[in-house]
Amino acid sequence: MDFLNAFVALSNFVLIPAIAYGSQLALGALGVTLIYGILRFSNFAHGDTMAFGTMVAILFTWWFQSMGISLGPLPTALLAIPFGIAGAAALLLLTDRVVYRFYRAQKAKPVILVIVSMGVMFIYNGLTRVVLGPDDQRFADGERFLIGALDFRRMTGLEEGLAIKSTQAITLVTAIIVVALLFWFLTYTRTGKSMRAYSDNEDLALLSGINPERVVMVTWLIVAALATIAGVLYGLDKSYKPFTYFQLLLPVFASAIVGGLGSPLGAIAGGFIIAFSEVGIVYAWKRVVAHMVPEAWEPEGLLQLLSTDYKFAVSFVILVIVLLFRPTGLFRGKAV
Amino acid sequence: MTLRTFGLFALVAVLILGTGFVQSWNSALLILNMGLVSAVMALGVNLQWGIAGLFNVGVMGFVALGGLAVVLTSVDPVPEAWAAGGPRLLLALVVGGLVIAGATRIWKRVHRGWAVATFLIAGFFVYRWLLDPAVEAVEDVNPAATGYLGGLGLPVLLSWPVGGLLAAGAAWLIGKIALGLRSDYLAIATLGIAEIIIAILKAEDWMARGVKNVTGLPRPVPYEIDLQNDPGFVEAAASFGMDPTTASTIYVKLGYAALFSILLVILLVLAQLALKSPWGRMMRAIRDNETAARAMGKDVTARHLQVFVLGSALCGIAGAMMTTLDGQLVPGTYQPLRYTFLIWVMVIVGGSGNNLGAVLGGFIIWFLWVQVEPMAQGAMGLITAGMAEDSAIRAHLMDSVQQVRLLTMGVVLLVVLRFSPRGLLPER
Repeated sequence: MDFLNAFVALSNFVLIPAIAYGSQLALGALGVTLIYGILRFSNFAHGDTMAFGTMVAILFTWWFQSMGISLGPLPTALLAIPFGIAGAAALLLLTDRVVYRFYRAQKAKPVILVIVSMGVMFIYNGLTRVVLGPDDQRFADGERFLIGALDFRRMTGLEEGLAIKSTQAITLVTAIIVVALLFWFLTYTRTGKSMRAYSDNEDLALLSGINPERVVMVTWLIVAALATIAGVLYGLDKSYKPFTYFQLLLPVFASAIVGGLGSPLGAIAGGFIIAFSEVGIVYAWKRVVAHMVPEAWEPEGLLQLLSTDYKFAVSFVILVIVLLFRPTGLFRGKAV
Repeated sequence: MTLRTFGLFALVAVLILGTGFVQSWNSALLILNMGLVSAVMALGVNLQWGIAGLFNVGVMGFVALGGLAVVLTSVDPVPEAWAAGGPRLLLALVVGGLVIAGATRIWKRVHRGWAVATFLIAGFFVYRWLLDPAVEAVEDVNPAATGYLGGLGLPVLLSWPVGGLLAAGAAWLIGKIALGLRSDYLAIATLGIAEIIIAILKAEDWMARGVKNVTGLPRPVPYEIDLQNDPGFVEAAASFGMDPTTASTIYVKLGYAALFSILLVILLVLAQLALKSPWGRMMRAIRDNETAARAMGKDVTARHLQVFVLGSALCGIAGAMMTTLDGQLVPGTYQPLRYTFLIWVMVIVGGSGNNLGAVLGGFIIWFLWVQVEPMAQGAMGLITAGMAEDSAIRAHLMDSVQQVRLLTMGVVLLVVLRFSPRGLLPER
């Protein structure tokens, strides 16, 4: 019976990775939810927007590294994020000008815009792969661990080690800053208020003199920032591969829908719900349980509910359960 | 058959024949065969989206189920594996099904979430307790060569309808759960289901060897090597002035092309009859105004489920055809861009709501998908001609040529949506 060790093992293998992953998902889902709220369609190209922004950031990271610029213990990629955001913003604004604006003027049905975003997805996907290739890219540098497992064991004398990767800490800190900034912007600035007004009721917002094109432009800029930051953090924490980012679409959408599409608060809650369930269900609980029960009861199997191959199934099942019992999501999203 | 339809199909014929004359007849037939398979997939998606307005982006999953059907039907059973754990494994699957059925019963009777959850959790542990040892036993039987239960050893052609049935069954289950959802929720749900089906194919080694792949599947046409050893065939080839190796590969591909064409024509005729029948008019009425159709007393939910099952069955048949053509099941190659979104491009470009359009889109887009790479290779060669032979940028650009096809597909889709939103052959 050793609850302290059990808790450390739980933190090491479930809580900390899930918090980092949840923050990344939340940032991604915020982007999806903003597009849904303002532009009123589900953007299938969002995963590839993340991949594109991250790609630009990676290119700048390599350039900085080759010039010997670094942030010391922090990853150089943090310095490249603004450039990644600028690249993604330029691409998104160009796409909006060339592609989406036409359908907006026509007041096309949302489902047409979803199909259009499929085409955009193909193009972004191709762009990223032409420039950087389809393979894994490494761009993380700086200190790997905030606390290593060995150090922790030496410090505390516990049997279990606790490792906190610096990328996990950076993810959490960055996510908190970004979310705080976003909510401050949406709540207190004039532009933020006009965005919320536009999202609530388009006609009323137009009547009160809000310029829709400006609202849309600001939305794309914010989405570019959110997507790039989420993408870079995910890439630093795990690894960068265009296909993985495409596949992130599913958990990101699941987070946004579970929280309630169009609701920023819901997107964050959804991100953490999906992340915790994914990590929790594919984790082999043997180690934690072994500390909690008397030795004689120690489990024989791994106590893994599902193998890691099924992590997509987890987001999916949660998505379906929420939709069946609360169709607009936990935080009452909107429906177009 | 209007002049436009005729002209566009003639264009497809010219493109494929041109490939035969310029490149080789083998590549022309390869394009033709996969074009036929793509056309069947596009017919399925057109049934769902074009005629009923259902947004299914889980095509990949149904195609993969069709592939699985080929293994389960046509491969010879592995008796040692069956002896090791077959019955227990089947029992576990039955118990799993009963648990889920029981949970829905409980929910309908008492409507208590905790009761259902307790029942499900208990059922899950019983299921795993039955399943895990059986799976381990089966997978331990000569894992390098088999390690799975094998199939039923039936003729491979039978696996095509079986693929359709398997996909239809899965679609029925999924439709029961997800069809009530709004269109973009349905899209995300089907996207997820496709990923889950692929995950099952990859992880459950006892079923179709997972990522170890099943190769050397039985074929409905003769093997090249047998033809080359057949003096009659060699003689016939010589009378056409061809060497036996080329002649045998072309003969085999022609065999597939004939089989696929017969099937495509049958399915196309059925789809056209369905579209022109009262049933087809009802489906289009539901698509165009669900509320009005419901007010006329049409059972919208049931009709949606019906058409979802039918369309998915077509995708399953196509998946079985494709796996038969490949002669192997490789779960790792199923990627949503290729097997879901590309099929969507086919339907949209061809003309959603028009069966002939879907078939045309299947051929044209597949042709582009294959031929964009050599074209881009040539273009990139011109662009980089000024650069030094050993320049890193040149090497990188030449390497990335095969990624250009994704870019092209996106551009084609956007251009068609913008300038001819109803596709090349619009719905009448």
